[in-house]
Amino acid sequence: MALIELDGIERIFTLGDSQVHALQSVSLRIEAGEYLSVMGPSGSGKSTLLNLLGLLDRPNAGHYRLEGRDVTTLDANEQAALRRERIGFVFQSFHLVPRLSAAENIALPLMLAGLPVAERHTRVAAALHDFGLEGRAGHRPDQLSGGQRQRVAIARATIMRPALLLADEPTGNLDRATGQEVTRLLEELNAGGVTLIVVTHDPAMGERAHRRIRMEDGRIVGDLRRGVPPAG
Amino acid sequence: MHTADTLRFATRAAAGNLLRTALMVLAMAIGVAAVVVLTALGDGARRYVVGEFGALGSNLIIVLPGRSETGGINPGSFVTATPRDLTVEDAEALLRSPWVARIAPLSVGSGEISTGGRLREVTVVGTSADFTVVRQLDVAAGSFLPREDLRRSTNVAVIGATIQRELFGVEPAVGRLVRIGDRRFRVIGVMAAAGQGLGMNTDEMVIVPVGAALAIFDTNTLFRILVEARDRGALEAAKADIAEIIRSRHAGEEDVTLLTQDAVLATFDRILATLTLAVAGIAAISLAVAGILVMNVMLVSVTQRTAEIGLLKALGAEPRTIRRVFLAEAALLSLAGGLAGLALGHGGAALLRLAWPVLPAWPPDWAVAAGLGTALVTGVLFGVLPARRAARLDPVQALGKK
Repeated sequence: MALIELDGIERIFTLGDSQVHALQSVSLRIEAGEYLSVMGPSGSGKSTLLNLLGLLDRPNAGHYRLEGRDVTTLDANEQAALRRERIGFVFQSFHLVPRLSAAENIALPLMLAGLPVAERHTRVAAALHDFGLEGRAGHRPDQLSGGQRQRVAIARATIMRPALLLADEPTGNLDRATGQEVTRLLEELNAGGVTLIVVTHDPAMGERAHRRIRMEDGRIVGDLRRGVPPAG
Repeated sequence: MHTADTLRFATRAAAGNLLRTALMVLAMAIGVAAVVVLTALGDGARRYVVGEFGALGSNLIIVLPGRSETGGINPGSFVTATPRDLTVEDAEALLRSPWVARIAPLSVGSGEISTGGRLREVTVVGTSADFTVVRQLDVAAGSFLPREDLRRSTNVAVIGATIQRELFGVEPAVGRLVRIGDRRFRVIGVMAAAGQGLGMNTDEMVIVPVGAALAIFDTNTLFRILVEARDRGALEAAKADIAEIIRSRHAGEEDVTLLTQDAVLATFDRILATLTLAVAGIAAISLAVAGILVMNVMLVSVTQRTAEIGLLKALGAEPRTIRRVFLAEAALLSLAGGLAGLALGHGGAALLRLAWPVLPAWPPDWAVAAGLGTALVTGVLFGVLPARRAARLDPVQALGKK
């Protein structure tokens, strides 16, 4: 069973009186544990595809099966539950809550899931350790460097041990060295079994993925795989 | 998401923007404080008036000349046209009722008192020996009016404490002669300082036998008759007897009004309680205004925190969770405002009591509860719309905002 099956997905935005086809008959099959990059020019539908995969958006037509289950017809609460349990997001602009400390930001998904406080503490402590943030637990985002912020965001995205990690330009706001460090971190997570999908403009980063999707005008125009199957 | 987490998250959000939170708490606090202080003022006035009437004595029936058409008292009760005079003979006749313990006729007018070249304008009250008992007053020096026939006009006078001080200073007044109008009176007693009661200051009164007073004023008409019933239970029976006696003496017409302290008290109590309620209502309007402010501030907050709401949604927060977080914030701000308002209001009431010690300006419990309750309810009510707006935000667009 594939982790993700997209079948004839259409996404149409209405801007004024003109209609924009953000996604046109997109079909895609992604196995668990894959490492995928999505590239393409601005407006090609990369972000729309990512939002759709992350259940933040709904298609106008087509079917999306996540772990074998058709999720296009789920209501808002069921989709929220899936995002909570199965999907992690990493954003270009980190999206940390400015008034909360690093530890509190990482604990947000655990709090939303209603986990007991004691378990939250152990999990957050472990995550802080894994991501090299031990000394930064009590710091607010504005007291952290860009790389540290993105590490907090990645720790938050993976704290619920999701099956799917969606990264939208994760290195877009970072310098080259920090960007490489974050990329390495994401790849380590992928090596640990998490399916990783990265949307990027950066060819260097895109080339690293085992499977590279190219998009133009809302269509998938290229789907290249490296010879070696992804490590599971 | 657990309730404790919701509250903690909302508290952190409120603490995250201190100026905004402080302003909102202040607005709510002023509303609640207004309710507390104004009701303290209203209820204090009510208690003050009730206390004043309580000083009259509880078995008292006041007989007024003239018929008031409605039950209880109204402004007309005090200025009724007099169809037939109320006389000393009427007053004496009331003693025939077995339910009447004592009577004190009352004739009131103004006059001049002079002695040793000093002259003063005073209220001259003509009454009888039982006046002190009926009105529960004390004599400080000498004695009160002698028990005698009501038609006699012995030239003796009892003066108030202020008159004693102003005319005689520290010298004893008892035994001295004074001139009231064109008659000479011997001072036989000085009243104990008592202060106000039913709009009459006994400290500034000169009390003479009712016959003498009627002679000074050259009239036959009494101002009132004060009647003391045997006990509280006898009030109604005594009123019936009084009405009957007066009717038989006034050619079958019941042309007097009978007031009991209870009726007077109940009426004033009702009027002032209504007044208190009215000022509380006016003050509550400021709470509604504060509620609208809560809504405005929360709407701004939703707009400012759009990206955060988008993030929470991406992290798997259900619409319900988002709604609760924002509602909890509105409720917490209202609660903080309400509590601050209570403190402010109680402080204000304490200041009122300090400034006017005679006024028992304590806010009634219902007003405190209503003020706090209204603050909470308006806060939550006006928090619903912003919370729903937050919950309905499209996560993709919300995340796109920075």
